[in-house]
Amino acid sequence: MRHTLSVLVENKPGALTRITSMFARRNFNIESLAVGPTERHDVSRITLRVDCETLPLEQIEKQMHKLVNVLRVSELTPGESIERELALLKVAAAPGTRAELMALGDVFNARVADLGPDAIVFELTGSPEEVDSFEELVRPHGLQELVRTGRIGLGRANRPKPNRPRQHVLA
Amino acid sequence: MRMNGADAVLRSLEAEGVEVMFGLPGGAILPLYDAIARGTSVRHVLARHEQGAGHMAEGYARASGRVGVAIATSGPGATNLVTPIADAWMDSTPLVCITGQVRSNLIGTDAFQECDITGITIPIVKHSWLVQDVEEIPHVIKAAFHVAQTGRCGPVLVDIPRDVQEAELDFSYPDDVSLPGWKPPRRGHTRQIEASAQAIVAAERPILYVGGGVLNAHATDELLAFAEAGRLPVVTTLMAKSAFPESHELHAGWPGMHGPKWSNWALNKAELIVAVGSRFDDRVTGKVSAFAPGATVVHLDVDAAEISKIRHADLPVVGPLKPILAALASAMAEHAKPGRTDAWLRQIADWREEFPLRYRREGELLKPQRVLEALQELTAGRDDVIWTTGVGQHQMWAMQYLRLDRPRTFITSGGLGTMGYGIPAAIGAKAARPDATVVCVDGDGCFQMTQQELATSVLEELPIVVVVVNNGYLGMVRQWQDMFFNERFSQIRLTQSLPDYAGLARAYGALGFTVESEDELEDALAQALASGRTAVVDARVDPREHCFPMIPAGAAALDLVEFEDDTSEVTL
Repeated sequence: MRHTLSVLVENKPGALTRITSMFARRNFNIESLAVGPTERHDVSRITLRVDCETLPLEQIEKQMHKLVNVLRVSELTPGESIERELALLKVAAAPGTRAELMALGDVFNARVADLGPDAIVFELTGSPEEVDSFEELVRPHGLQELVRTGRIGLGRANRPKPNRPRQHVLA
Repeated sequence: MRMNGADAVLRSLEAEGVEVMFGLPGGAILPLYDAIARGTSVRHVLARHEQGAGHMAEGYARASGRVGVAIATSGPGATNLVTPIADAWMDSTPLVCITGQVRSNLIGTDAFQECDITGITIPIVKHSWLVQDVEEIPHVIKAAFHVAQTGRCGPVLVDIPRDVQEAELDFSYPDDVSLPGWKPPRRGHTRQIEASAQAIVAAERPILYVGGGVLNAHATDELLAFAEAGRLPVVTTLMAKSAFPESHELHAGWPGMHGPKWSNWALNKAELIVAVGSRFDDRVTGKVSAFAPGATVVHLDVDAAEISKIRHADLPVVGPLKPILAALASAMAEHAKPGRTDAWLRQIADWREEFPLRYRREGELLKPQRVLEALQELTAGRDDVIWTTGVGQHQMWAMQYLRLDRPRTFITSGGLGTMGYGIPAAIGAKAARPDATVVCVDGDGCFQMTQQELATSVLEELPIVVVVVNNGYLGMVRQWQDMFFNERFSQIRLTQSLPDYAGLARAYGALGFTVESEDELEDALAQALASGRTAVVDARVDPREHCFPMIPAGAAALDLVEFEDDTSEVTL
């Protein structure tokens, strides 16, 4: 079972290391991780994709809460949150196949970020599933290089308190 | 007031009410030691090895209930503190470690005695700080003490580059800390406490499974009131030994790998277990899936992450134990029906009669268990004796044979199982309680890991009595090789006579005794205990003795091996 966690941390040296070290030590598995600034200069947001059963998820959240730099841990549940990922894909494109590839890109709203004599670099923003699909479609053409940011996410706009922390402290 | 960073560290420690710090100087911490030379109200105890300083700080913390302070230089000084930090992490001992670091402009260049100690210790500290600006010092020290002793206690580390110690600041000690991410629970949930009380008074076979958290919470009085009001039997883990009076009729012994059969049965056959600041450690549960089958679990803990980590908690209560136990004590007084647990208490008493601790009393050689019995007899009724131990067979015998009635009188390395803990921890305990007689029950293997601190004990006038249960072997390893590796003994023979422990003690300016019989033993122990000096009693014991009972690793607690005659040959 996979879960996406959104973690607000103090923007202090070592904060990310403390979290990743705790994951490694507790034998929790991180699938993707994205870190960046938030609306507050002293706070960063880490979006983590973790692979676990229900019980360890509770453990992961509680262990993260014990870290002094961690301000808030919330789960981004499907349906109540939006998730996006950015990918850059360098695809082999001989003059004969270029048009077909560009048409494929249009379907996914992928932008052509760069164009060379033998390759195209696509830039695609979408849900992780959309990025997966596009990746599969262009792969047969010769996917030369790929980079994905890992997913980022936020609670949906209609939620009363966006990203409210999950009630994890038991009673 | 204008001063340098090193002075600011000392003024901060003084403001925290620190009485004593344990350490060893070196290059990167020189400015702090210069500040010590210029004067402070904090006593500095000079250890012979930074690991010793760290364990002394732990022993101090455990005996006093206050935060222990250890100081070391950068690089090897700091890495020598890693074992005590890991030990304090596993046993939730509040510790503030202060290390020197190379100058800020040298960090990252592989400078002399540089190491990334904040990086190395990340998995074993509650938090750590690398101080980058001298102005941060008072705030960081304040925060360090706050984090070490709030919520679940544990170690923190403050790493201060040499130039930061030398830089100047206008010192003022803050009243508050600003730690927006550190929010330990303040109180247990009232409805959860009520629900727990209802479950407890409804149970006919309840038991309190008490861990070291009760001592960290300063809640031993509330625990006693709770147990008495509810007529609840109490088992105490190794970490909680002395947290509940062991001569009390409700004390049901010590559960776990080498706990008596009756204690393990009481815990594993209970209908309802109230875990109080304990964490279902593998040394207590044995095979988890077979632990206390069917029992309802009420789990009281200040650390939410312990709830349902190992064993599902039917009724969790997260918060500080002192008020939670007080509330449960009142609920018991109000709702517990008299006599409801009588049959269960009788059952436990019957098991106690049926399954006493046993050892072979025949033969010429002094039995290790007899050493502990003699210590118990010689100190019975005294409430001014504090015990520390190393790790191994002698530690388990100390757990089994000593009967302690006052809190904080048994100081041992539980979670990490750190051999060599006993001698420095005893020195730290003596610093905390100068009025007490501090006895370290040690093994010969453990003794040789930290014996250098005998010099600290003598010269710092922190006298301790070390009783070496000397079987000439790494005894617990020997027991496992004997029982589980077909008697293939591998690299365990230390010999009983090298070193000459009594001679070594005398070389350190301490008293030394060598004993090989019961008569000699009692005489030497009595002299050592009465001497008021640092003393080492080398008790040469029968190396064939195994520690029983025993739950073999991975076995169910109910399947413990009660006793087995060991017939293997031993060459002395």
